[in-house]
Amino acid sequence: MSANLFEGQLVRLSSETSQVMGEAFARWNQNSEYFRLLDSDPAHLWSANKFKEFLEKDLDSALPANLLFSIRTLENDKLIGFVAFDGINWTDRDGYVAIGIGEPDFWGKGFGTDAMRLMLRYGFTELNLHRVSLNVYAYNLRGIHSYEKCGFKHEGRIREFILRDGLRSDMLHMGILREEWDKLAQK
Amino acid sequence: MDITNSLYEGRLIRLGPIDHEKDPPLVARWTHDALFRTVLGAVARPLSSDAVRRQLEKVEKQMEEAKNLIHFTIRARVDNRLVGLARIFWIDFHTGTGVLNMGIGDASDRRHGYGSDALNLLLRFAFDELNLHRLSAWPSADNLPFIQMVNKAGFEEEARRREASFHDGCYWDVLHLGLLRSQWKQGS
Repeated sequence: MSANLFEGQLVRLSSETSQVMGEAFARWNQNSEYFRLLDSDPAHLWSANKFKEFLEKDLDSALPANLLFSIRTLENDKLIGFVAFDGINWTDRDGYVAIGIGEPDFWGKGFGTDAMRLMLRYGFTELNLHRVSLNVYAYNLRGIHSYEKCGFKHEGRIREFILRDGLRSDMLHMGILREEWDKLAQK
Repeated sequence: MDITNSLYEGRLIRLGPIDHEKDPPLVARWTHDALFRTVLGAVARPLSSDAVRRQLEKVEKQMEEAKNLIHFTIRARVDNRLVGLARIFWIDFHTGTGVLNMGIGDASDRRHGYGSDALNLLLRFAFDELNLHRLSAWPSADNLPFIQMVNKAGFEEEARRREASFHDGCYWDVLHLGLLRSQWKQGS
């Protein structure tokens, strides 16, 4: 295991100015497939300025409920996505994680999986979480496969939760406990 | 459609608005029972009536501004006394989903059928007035009275988030129960 919490095999977790991150979010969301894999809200296009405003709201809090990292490739430092704990319950020590690879050229090649593994290590060894949770839509097969590889277990299926193109899809709950992650990390 | 059939009047209880003068002292008393955290959905904490008044004002503000929350007081029909609180929250009209939570405040008012009576009204409200496609509930696995009550109304366990809640000194699973509109039987 790398000594640096923020460095993996293919990517590193980084931070960006709100300008850079805001422009990236505005660019990535113009790909509706990306957005519909990521979010249940109706697809919409916000300006870079609007994203910048959102990001700046969280800048002043010392221990925010939302912890956002950018994902950059080790090979040429390209900004390809984000990963975030977007809802940590500190009493239950349960953190919801969200991830998006905004650059489609980097889909299906292990970059997201590498970033998620870093996020799990960060969540368990630095934030002292007891479990990490996520939701994923049943049609996001690439995502589900990646989360399984990281050690997430299936915890259930919320029936007919989302409606797109006139069809109802289920939403899956997945989760990994600290003790399960420990066993994986020892391998 | 029968618009003379009241959305708010049950057999034993009625669903009503908040009374910002009279309700806070009573709700504050309920918060001195740690079990009440399952109703407010937060860490158990005794609150003053001032604190409750502010919370209830915030609730009404959210109903007005975000429009993703419906909040009711539950009142005994016989004397209009406040016995509990109920809400449908995280309403997403574009997918037709929402989450239900409710509770009876005073231990002596539990097990009288107030909850089931209120639940029937809430389901009718969710499906016939809000036009939701499905409704969820997220009880901790130790909240057996609530789980039994919603199971009777047709809710099924859809997910079990392992050890996702810590209270009373240990971790508990959190259930995700769901009821689809197509499975809802009116008045059951």
